[in-house]
Amino acid sequence: MRFDDEPVPGYPLPILPGHTSPGRFERVLRAGAFAVTTELAPPDSADPNEVLARARVFDGYVDAINATDGSGANCHMSSVAVCALLTRVGHAPIMQISCRDKNRIAIQGDILGGAAMGVCNMLCLTGDGVQAGDHPQAKPVFDLDSISLLEIACMLRDQHHFQSGRKISFAPRVFFGAAENPSALPHEWRARRLGKKIAAGAQFIQTQYIYDLELLKSFMTHLEDLGLLDRVFILAGVGPLRSAKAATWMRNNVPGMHVPDALIARLAGAADQAREGRNICVELIQSIREIRGIHGVHVMAYRQEESVAEVIERSGVLKGRIPWYPGRDATS
Amino acid sequence: MYALRRWSVRHARGLNAFYRGFEALLVRMGGVLRAVGPERVERPVAAVERAVKGLLFDCRMCGQCVLSATGMSCPMNCPKTLRNGPCGGVRDNGNCEVKPDMKCVWVEAFDGARRIPGGLDAMQALQFAVDQRLQGRSSWLRVVGEKSTAARP
Repeated sequence: MRFDDEPVPGYPLPILPGHTSPGRFERVLRAGAFAVTTELAPPDSADPNEVLARARVFDGYVDAINATDGSGANCHMSSVAVCALLTRVGHAPIMQISCRDKNRIAIQGDILGGAAMGVCNMLCLTGDGVQAGDHPQAKPVFDLDSISLLEIACMLRDQHHFQSGRKISFAPRVFFGAAENPSALPHEWRARRLGKKIAAGAQFIQTQYIYDLELLKSFMTHLEDLGLLDRVFILAGVGPLRSAKAATWMRNNVPGMHVPDALIARLAGAADQAREGRNICVELIQSIREIRGIHGVHVMAYRQEESVAEVIERSGVLKGRIPWYPGRDATS
Repeated sequence: MYALRRWSVRHARGLNAFYRGFEALLVRMGGVLRAVGPERVERPVAAVERAVKGLLFDCRMCGQCVLSATGMSCPMNCPKTLRNGPCGGVRDNGNCEVKPDMKCVWVEAFDGARRIPGGLDAMQALQFAVDQRLQGRSSWLRVVGEKSTAARP
């Protein structure tokens, strides 16, 4: 998707009427296209080239890249810094903000700072507990939760002041999102909880990994019953499973992962398990695309990022569309 | 105490009704409280509140009690102190991501809220970020102060 007001890389697009951000991601969604996002695993390194190299893997296949914020409670380069590097080459990444490591003073500062660097999208998360990561001895902060974070974030943008009431002279122009896990208990309450996130200001949702389509479908039906369908852009989380062993490990160790036994059995029975994992992912994307109220997919392929392009290509969801990437328009 | 905390959730309806009556009584005594001075009774009342709610709910004295909107399951017992619903890490057996042997306080809350008339709708209200300055202070006195002031002509 090309816009006729494409700016110099590194500078944001003008804001269209009815939009809250100058970002491509919001434009693609509001234009009705099926959006594709992915996540970049931040390096355990201070080398900026590692970030840029990791982003290049997705060139031409994704509308936005999430910069994770200590995901799984593991220590990596910060999401703010990854976003700073990505915006330098023109990306409009999705900056993840977790409540685990920072209090409201630090978080509000990051929202302003991120927006100043050209970050147009921010994902408001509670965050995994510290017990899940490599620093279980750390102090968990959780001064806010994802919903109060959304409220405060929208306060900065729409009311132009901090939670304290102190004025902001130039408000951050950001498209705010949140996460949801349709597979987690209590299932009956997940759609209602999404309603709270919408009320708090969420404009887009990226879900946890979906491997059980029935759970997603009943979640969407529940949303429809509550009158919440199409009140928010929903991107379903998907990802290729590397092997039956990896799937079992993830199910047992990654918080909120739900993988049906039948899928693990299918992987175990395949000659090339990694390939079968990608096949399953393509099939899931194709089924998910047909569900009413789903506006895109969020492909998470930790340590197999190179498979994102293949999975998206084979699923056909872009329908020939080539999302912007640094240098896309240089040759044409 | 964990067992008693779970008992309280199962008896959320009765406890909620009892609290409503108790609160109404306190609000009627609002004039007396103002005459004595809320700061003078703060410490003894907070001590009683800590003892009673500590026993029944494992109360952490956040000072901004929302038990009626959380099915009588205290959200401050969530290791992430979430006040707006469960995180996405709830285990398939309904237990906590951080403390695998503990039932998720929000799975409990959902159970309790269904027992209270209007409990699910109350849970739908957005809870704003806690004011950390109120930690350790009496929630009862604060509510009574607000309501009896609002009721005054």
